[in-house]
Amino acid sequence: MSDTALPGAADPGWIRRNRQTLAPLLFLAPGMLFFLVYVILPIFQSFNISLYEWDGLGQPAFIGLDNYRELASDRAFEVSLWNNLKWLLLYLAAIPGGLFIALFLNQTVAGIRIYKSLFFFPFVISQVVVGLVFTWFYDPTFGLLNALLEGIGLAPVNVLGDPQLATYGIIVAGLWPQIAYCMILYLTGLNAVDPEQVEAARLDGAKGWRMLWFVILPQLRPATFIAFVVTIIGALRSFDLISIMTNGGPFGSTRVLSFYMFEKSLSEYGFRMGYGAAIAVVLFLIMLCFIAYFLWSMWRDERGLR
Amino acid sequence: MFPKPIQTRSRTAQLTYRGLVPLALILWLLPLIAVAIFSIKPDMDFTTGNYWGWPSSFEGGTNYGKVFFESDMPRYLLNSVLITVPTVIGAVALSAMTGFALGIYRFRGNLWIFFMFVAGNFVPFQILMVPVRDLTLDLGLYNTKGGLVLFHIAFQTGFCTLFMRNFIRALPFELIEAARVEGVAEWRIFWFIVLPLMKPAIAALSVLIFTFIWNDYFWAVVLTQGAESQPVTAGITSFNAQYRAAYHLMSAGSIVAALPPVLMFFLMQRHFIAGLTLGAVK
Repeated sequence: MSDTALPGAADPGWIRRNRQTLAPLLFLAPGMLFFLVYVILPIFQSFNISLYEWDGLGQPAFIGLDNYRELASDRAFEVSLWNNLKWLLLYLAAIPGGLFIALFLNQTVAGIRIYKSLFFFPFVISQVVVGLVFTWFYDPTFGLLNALLEGIGLAPVNVLGDPQLATYGIIVAGLWPQIAYCMILYLTGLNAVDPEQVEAARLDGAKGWRMLWFVILPQLRPATFIAFVVTIIGALRSFDLISIMTNGGPFGSTRVLSFYMFEKSLSEYGFRMGYGAAIAVVLFLIMLCFIAYFLWSMWRDERGLR
Repeated sequence: MFPKPIQTRSRTAQLTYRGLVPLALILWLLPLIAVAIFSIKPDMDFTTGNYWGWPSSFEGGTNYGKVFFESDMPRYLLNSVLITVPTVIGAVALSAMTGFALGIYRFRGNLWIFFMFVAGNFVPFQILMVPVRDLTLDLGLYNTKGGLVLFHIAFQTGFCTLFMRNFIRALPFELIEAARVEGVAEWRIFWFIVLPLMKPAIAALSVLIFTFIWNDYFWAVVLTQGAESQPVTAGITSFNAQYRAAYHLMSAGSIVAALPPVLMFFLMQRHFIAGLTLGAVK
C-alpha cells in the first residue's frame, strides 16, 4: 500500500490499513444479504417445514418424518418421479439435436446469419407461449399435427388427451426451445474450433463421422458441458409447460415433482405446505447430485487456472 | 472449418443446400407459423371449420386491435415492464459489486462464496417456494410488483455473479495493481477502472435477464394474482379464459406476449449470444 495522501480518505489509519479486507466485504454485503435471505435460508426453511403439517395459515404441527412416510405410499408421487426420469433422459436428446442443427447451419452462404437467428427463435419465446402454441398444434379438432397426419392418410391422435402420450407430447414441446439453446452453444463452439487441427486431420484422411468424433467433439467439450448443465436443469425445472398444456392431467399422468409440489401446496387441491415442502426436498436432493457434479467440474477448472 | 464449406462441393450440392435451409426453417417454426396464421383469421373461419384453408378475410388489424384496446393485455404488458426493468437494474448492480469482490480480491472463503452463488442459481424453484411466499406475505408485498422484483433480483444475482466474476477474472489485473500503487481508493478502482471495462458484460447480462424475467411464469403465479400486478405470462391465462375458444384472439394475444423478448433478441443479438454462451468457448 502506498502512503500518498488520498482525496476522500478522511480517516487514514485503521480503515486504510485494512482496506484490502474491508473492501471485498462491503462490495459483497448487499448481494450476499439478498441471496442469503431469498435463496439460501429458504432452502433450510423448506427442510424444516417438511417436518410439519401446515396449511400455511394456522399453527404448524410437528409430525417428524410422517410427510416422507406418506410420500413412500403416494401413487401420484411415484408417477411424478417416473415422469421426472423420462424428462431427464429424453431432454438430453436436445444436445445431439442442437449439435445436428449447428452442423447443418455452420456454413458461410448468403443470409445464413438470419437463418441462425430464426432457428434460435423458440428459445426467446416464453415457455407459456410455447405451451400454448403446442397445445394448439396438437389439438384434435383444428391442430396442424392432425391436419398433417390426415394429409398422409393416418388416423388422428389426441396427444395431450392420452395418458400414455401426454408426457411425451409435452417433452417434445420442451425440446423445441432447448434444442435451439444447444444449437447456439454449438454454433459458438464450432466457430472456435482450431482450423489447423481440422486441416491436419483432413490431410491424415479423417472425414465425416470419424472427424466429428475424434477431432471436433473433443474441441467442443466446453460447449457440451454447458449444454449438459442447462439441459439437466431445464428438465428438472419443467413446470410452465405442464401447467399450461395439461395442468397435470389427464388423470394426473403428466405430473412431475415440481408440478406436484405446487399442486399440493398452492392450488385448489389444498394448502399442504409441509407435504409440498417434503416433495420439494426430494426434488432438491435429486438436483443436488447434479449441482455437486457441476461444482466439482468447475472447481477442477479453477485449480487448473492457478 | 467443419463441416467442409459447401462452396467446395458440386454445384448441385450447393443448390440443394440453399433450398434445404429455408425448408428446414419452415418445418422448424411450423407450430409458430400456424399461430401467426390463426391470429389474422376472422372469427367466422373457426365457426365454419375453415382452420387451415385460405383466410376468408384478413382480420389482423381487428384481432390485434381487440387485444390492445379491449382486454387487460396492455396492463399486463406494463406490469411486465415494471417488473422486468427494475430487476435487470438491481441484479446487474448487485452482481457487478459481488463479481468485483470475488474476481479481484484474494481472501479466505472467496471460492466458497462464489460456489454458493453458483449452486443457489441451480436449485429447483420449489424448494424456495413456501418460505419465499411466506416472507413476501410477511413483508406485506404479496400480490405486488415489488415483491416479485425483490425475489427476482436476489435469485438472478446468483447467475449474474457467476458471469461477472468470470468476466472480471479475464480483465488485465496489472491495471488494478497499477492503480493501487498510485494509491487509488478501492471504490474508485471499481467505479472508474473496472466498471467501464465491464460494459460488454453488463449489456449481455441485461438482455439475458430481461428475457428470463419477462418469461418467468412460476413466480408470477406464486407471488401475484389479478390484473393489477400480474405480468403478461400469468395474465395470458386469464386472457385466454376471457376469450375461451376465440382462437384468433388467443393467438394474437400470445404473439403480443412473446414479442418484447423477441425484439430485444433481434436488436441486441450479439450481446445476447455472448451472454448465453459464456464459457462455451475459452
